[in-house]
Amino acid sequence: MILRILFRNAFRNRLRAGLTILGITVAILAFGLLRTVVAAWYAGVEAASAARLVTRNAVSLVFPLPLSYKEKIRQIPGVRGVSWGNWFGGIYIEEKNFFPNFAVDARTYLDLYPEFIVPEDQLKAFLGDRKGFVAGRRIAAQFGWKLGDTVTLRGVIYPGNWDFVLRGIYRGKDKTIDETQFFFHWDYLNETVRRKFPGRADQVGFYMIGVTHPDLAAEVSSAVDDMFRNSLAETLTETEKAFNLGFISMTSTIVMAIQLVSIVIIFIIMAVVANTMAMTTRERIGDYAILKTLGFGGRHIAALIFGEALVITLTGCVLGMVLTFPVARAFADSLPNFFPVFNVSNETLALDVAASLLVACVAGIVPTRTAIRIRIADGLRRIG
Amino acid sequence: MTDSPPIVRIRNLSKAYRRGSLEVPVLHDISFDIQNREFLSLMGPSGSGKSTLLNLIAGIDRADGGSILVEGVEITVLSETELAAWRAGSVGFIFQFYNLIPVLTALENVELPLHLSGLSKRERRDHARMCLDLVNLSHRLDHYPGQLSGGEQQRVAIARAIVTDPVLLVADEPTGDLDRVSAAEILDLMERLNGQLGKTIIMVTHDPRAAQRAGVLRHLDKGVLSDDDPAHPL
Ligand SMILES: Nc1ncnc2c1ncn2[C@@H]1O[C@H](COP(=O)(O)OP(=O)(O)OP(=O)(O)O)[C@@H](O)[C@H]1O
Ligand SMILES: [Mg+2]
Repeated sequence: MILRILFRNAFRNRLRAGLTILGITVAILAFGLLRTVVAAWYAGVEAASAARLVTRNAVSLVFPLPLSYKEKIRQIPGVRGVSWGNWFGGIYIEEKNFFPNFAVDARTYLDLYPEFIVPEDQLKAFLGDRKGFVAGRRIAAQFGWKLGDTVTLRGVIYPGNWDFVLRGIYRGKDKTIDETQFFFHWDYLNETVRRKFPGRADQVGFYMIGVTHPDLAAEVSSAVDDMFRNSLAETLTETEKAFNLGFISMTSTIVMAIQLVSIVIIFIIMAVVANTMAMTTRERIGDYAILKTLGFGGRHIAALIFGEALVITLTGCVLGMVLTFPVARAFADSLPNFFPVFNVSNETLALDVAASLLVACVAGIVPTRTAIRIRIADGLRRIG
Repeated sequence: MTDSPPIVRIRNLSKAYRRGSLEVPVLHDISFDIQNREFLSLMGPSGSGKSTLLNLIAGIDRADGGSILVEGVEITVLSETELAAWRAGSVGFIFQFYNLIPVLTALENVELPLHLSGLSKRERRDHARMCLDLVNLSHRLDHYPGQLSGGEQQRVAIARAIVTDPVLLVADEPTGDLDRVSAAEILDLMERLNGQLGKTIIMVTHDPRAAQRAGVLRHLDKGVLSDDDPAHPL
């Protein structure tokens, strides 16, 4: 019976309930989108393996390392595999078509990245074609590239027009994997560089190191850096996670701001729902008084008020969560290269629900206290 | 009737309200008895403390001093929870403004108090129907209070008051908001509850016609209870 009263009460004032629910829906939608943006920002970090290290020039990422380091690194205990590559930074037609493109030592690189799945025959074709490249499923689809197509990138770091032939399309092993990358053979880059800019040949932008066990990451890192201490090019080795995080920290104030805004939204909606609950319970003081007169206790009153707050907030929450998916989809489609991975995570949905529960509880506290404390005689008097 | 012990025994009852630092005495040293099956009508000027006295007897307000014994139970010493349980079992309430739950139908309103009893769903339904039958509202079971006239709402309230079969019915100006015809119907009904079902009724009223229906009439003025109406000695 209490449940029946509660549900009917919740929608008794249609306009007010509707507006409050609308407010919660919008708030949960905004909250969910902002959390998704933050998650997208950290997607590279999340996807990074703790068993992979990145070695770069200790001075700065823009300075290279000698190719000769690879044999030395390979001999360090705990190293399972070494690959290397250069950030190519080529532009496809125009600058807004941004996607990450690298020259990598393909065989070793793909060994280190089992999460990039390339079909067997395509992998073979790629390894057999000096000018071949592999692209993520998303950019291939975005630009309509088919296997065998020639794609030209305009080099910025390495001037000139570079032709590549699409030999493979990879997909990520799950939704968290970036499917917008473009990589081609490091040998192709190096040979061309040797011809055109002889001084820049046999130089590597970064080494990727696979360790046999994540626990060895710290040990191997210092072993690598110790090995090249006092050499011409000192190294800085860190886990891929830390490396990716380093990129993000440059923009972390924005992320912080977004996170802050998402929390502020919850506070605002808390105030809105609290106000609605205060208004509705004030109207129902007489109802609560009569319930108490009939012998119902504080917990019945509390159930009525919290229940009503829950019905309202959870209705808004569910609507907001349902809407988050299409809106996030549209958002991701309009900015495909800005956020290579843009998924509404289960964690975000859980946060939506948690925030709604929190809002309902906070909004119910004061009205419940008031309703329970008021003397029956005074509560009844309000009716007349 | 006078041989059996009184159903309500009030001794030296006093009550004051505090307004800020000011103490406003409302009831002063009141003592009287209410016999079993009595139909008592309380009259008095506005602000004389009638509602306050009624609320104290019905256990929805607390006295400052004195004793209220109902069926041998000293209700002034009960805890809030005990008092609530006692109310649920022993008192039926009828108010001037009916105080029905607006989102519940007539039948659901009458059923409501039974949710605190151990009755099954079927039994609750049956009891509630029976009581609505008794107040001649069998044809309005699924109406919401907003769809009923004032007289009908008050009859639903009466059905709700008697559904738990309490010994005591308290009514605070039950006809105060009704036209003459509806008021007469309500009074007829209360007379029947008193006469046929043997309910003890305490009714506060401003309406002398209503007061006349009661067996005993008492006046309350400035917190002091005057002697009985000579026409109805104890
Ligand atoms: N909660 C309260 N706080 C302060 N004073 C109160 C409170 N309730 C009642 N009073 C005062 O106590 C006195 C008696 O009130 P009560 O409601 O018992 O009168 P009443 O006889 O029922 O009057 P009426 O016929 O108008 O209903 C009044 O002066 C009233 O102002
Ligand atoms: Mg009164």
